[in-house]
Amino acid sequence: MTYLNAIRDAQHHLLETDPRVFIYGQDVGEFGGAFKATKHLAEQFPQRVLDAPISEDAMVGTAIGAAIEGMRPIIEMQFADFSTVGFNQIVNHAGAFFWRTDVPIPITIRLPSGGTSGAGPFHSQSLEAIYAHYPGLVVMTPATVEDAYSMLIEAVQINDPVLFCEHKYLYYHLKAERLPEHSLPAGRARVARPGRDLTVVTYSAMLHEVLEAAHELDSEGIQLEVIDLRTVKPIDTDTIIASVARTGRLLCVGESWPWGGVNAEVVSRVAAEGFHLLDAPPKRINAQDTPIPYHPDLWSVHRPTARSILMAARELLRI
Amino acid sequence: MGSREALEETTAAGGKTIDPLLQAYRWMLTARLLDEKLATLYRAGRIHGGVFMGKGQEALSVALGQGLQVTDIYAPLIRDGAGRLAFGETIHDALRNCLGSPQGPMRARDGNVHRGRPRQGYLPMLSHLGAMISVVGGMLMARRIQGKPVGVGATCLGDGGTSTGAFHEAINLAAVERLPLVLVIANNRYAYSTPTEKQFACHSLTDKAIGYGVDSHSVDGTDLMACRNTIFEAIDQARRGHGPQLVVADLLRLCGHGEHDDAPYIKDQLKASPLGRDCLEVAADQLLGERVATKNQIETIRQEIVESIETAVAEVSRESLPCLTHYDWCSLSTRRLADGVS
Ligand SMILES: Cc1ncc(C[n+]2csc(CCOP(=O)(O)OP(=O)(O)O)c2C)c(N)n1
Ligand SMILES: [Mg+2]
Repeated sequence: MTYLNAIRDAQHHLLETDPRVFIYGQDVGEFGGAFKATKHLAEQFPQRVLDAPISEDAMVGTAIGAAIEGMRPIIEMQFADFSTVGFNQIVNHAGAFFWRTDVPIPITIRLPSGGTSGAGPFHSQSLEAIYAHYPGLVVMTPATVEDAYSMLIEAVQINDPVLFCEHKYLYYHLKAERLPEHSLPAGRARVARPGRDLTVVTYSAMLHEVLEAAHELDSEGIQLEVIDLRTVKPIDTDTIIASVARTGRLLCVGESWPWGGVNAEVVSRVAAEGFHLLDAPPKRINAQDTPIPYHPDLWSVHRPTARSILMAARELLRI
Repeated sequence: MGSREALEETTAAGGKTIDPLLQAYRWMLTARLLDEKLATLYRAGRIHGGVFMGKGQEALSVALGQGLQVTDIYAPLIRDGAGRLAFGETIHDALRNCLGSPQGPMRARDGNVHRGRPRQGYLPMLSHLGAMISVVGGMLMARRIQGKPVGVGATCLGDGGTSTGAFHEAINLAAVERLPLVLVIANNRYAYSTPTEKQFACHSLTDKAIGYGVDSHSVDGTDLMACRNTIFEAIDQARRGHGPQLVVADLLRLCGHGEHDDAPYIKDQLKASPLGRDCLEVAADQLLGERVATKNQIETIRQEIVESIETAVAEVSRESLPCLTHYDWCSLSTRRLADGVS
């Protein structure tokens, strides 16, 4: 079972068990989606897996209207990058509607996110921070096959707008034996690897780079405690602070841009609420503050990697 | 004719039957007098933010509100006080939203023209022009997917609003899906201070309908009877499965963009042209001409409306202010997922 199949199967499960669910997006129908995340779904549910014109603003507006009428739409953006065309409907309309009217808007917007080799500036973005900035939105960033499945099901069940940031790099790379029977609820982070020396907070595809670095340091007798945020809004501050209380050190790793993002938020919370727990200044690593480069060699050093994470961890531990 | 009209024939003031044309006039006049009252309250410092009036657009607005049925969907815009009343909004709700009463439809969280009751198919406009069209479309699509009676969805826009990407995306999508959408454009010649020459280059806004593959209708927006005929026809066409209907009405904004604006940019030539006619006067002449009402009756109606507005202002003014202690700062319906809210 790949991460991508988990997303497809979760949608199949949702369509099968909940008549309020429908999927709307470009090429999602008979073709099965640009990444095949809706493969064969239109055959089984022809009325509820629908091709949309290239109109992200109107797609999200349509979902909001359908939600007002009691449905639970899933919008597939072909790439997270194009969701900016629907930005107004997402942040100003969907995000503010419950606050303004007391009518909830249960929509899920799937954002195929993050970099892959050769994808370039406009097919690689990670936009979780910009959506998390706005009130009224839940932002999920699943890092595992299990979470891709169970969190997507939960996203659709949640009575509010959810941005589901699924990572394209993980689509085919990540595999699991079977789908989960139990999972943590949305809003709860997971200690992906326990350790005593340094807390590393991360999410989405970066989890796997961090785990690789942790594995390498382990052979030197250094233990990283790795926290997978799972949901970046809300942030599970308790789990983070509890870990920093054990390790006294914090490193944040994210694939998105540095200015004012998830890492900045985590560092800010730990500094404000757990300053006394810190034995060293907290550190964060992000992508470079440039558009995402096309050439694979450039791309490979644009975002954090196991190597750069390792170096940052060593610096923090002064080894 | 819609069930709303049937309803109004039996439930008009005093239990007497009232002619639909006279009822339309009544709502138009109520909207005009309410706007004037709001302007006074604004100048007196009782209304925060702004006041946006529909002066000159009441005939067009009321025709749409009156043509819809209670089960239809209505997403009015800035200058639709008359249509809102016709669709069932109360004077109290309109005032509450402007005075910021927590008992209003938006509970003091949003103000002035941004008001609605979505559960009743009456949508609160987003400020961002063009944004309501696709939402109305989504409601219609949802009803269709669920196999429910679809009805008609109607929304309004100004000449300026037709230049947005949201307008283009949404009308195109509605056309592709052949949704029963009625989109009424009030071409009042200006978007704030910008004249239509700087807004679009097509000869007529109805030309846009050709490109989208939808039906179009044009109407003199100062003429109540013409507006009723044209808009009722458009609603009927949509209801009978002919897809989206674009209605373009020609008129002139007879006021500033908002109460803060004395609109020196509106050309005298336009004001003196037929576009500059006051639709309320035209409607009153039509009532007299059709022998639906006498001058005395119209005057009595005016008195009744003035009284009901004064009463409503007094009542709404007594409503409580937002309570700031323990205010619920939670923007999600799923409380456990609200960041930082306990
Ligand atoms: C997308 C967007 N841009 C700018 C504004 C600011 N704005 C509010 S009303 C208005 C003019 C609207 O003109 P028009 O659509 O012709 O409607 P009218 O005011 O004439 O009724 C502008 C520019 C807005 N509300 N939405
Ligand atoms: Mg205008």
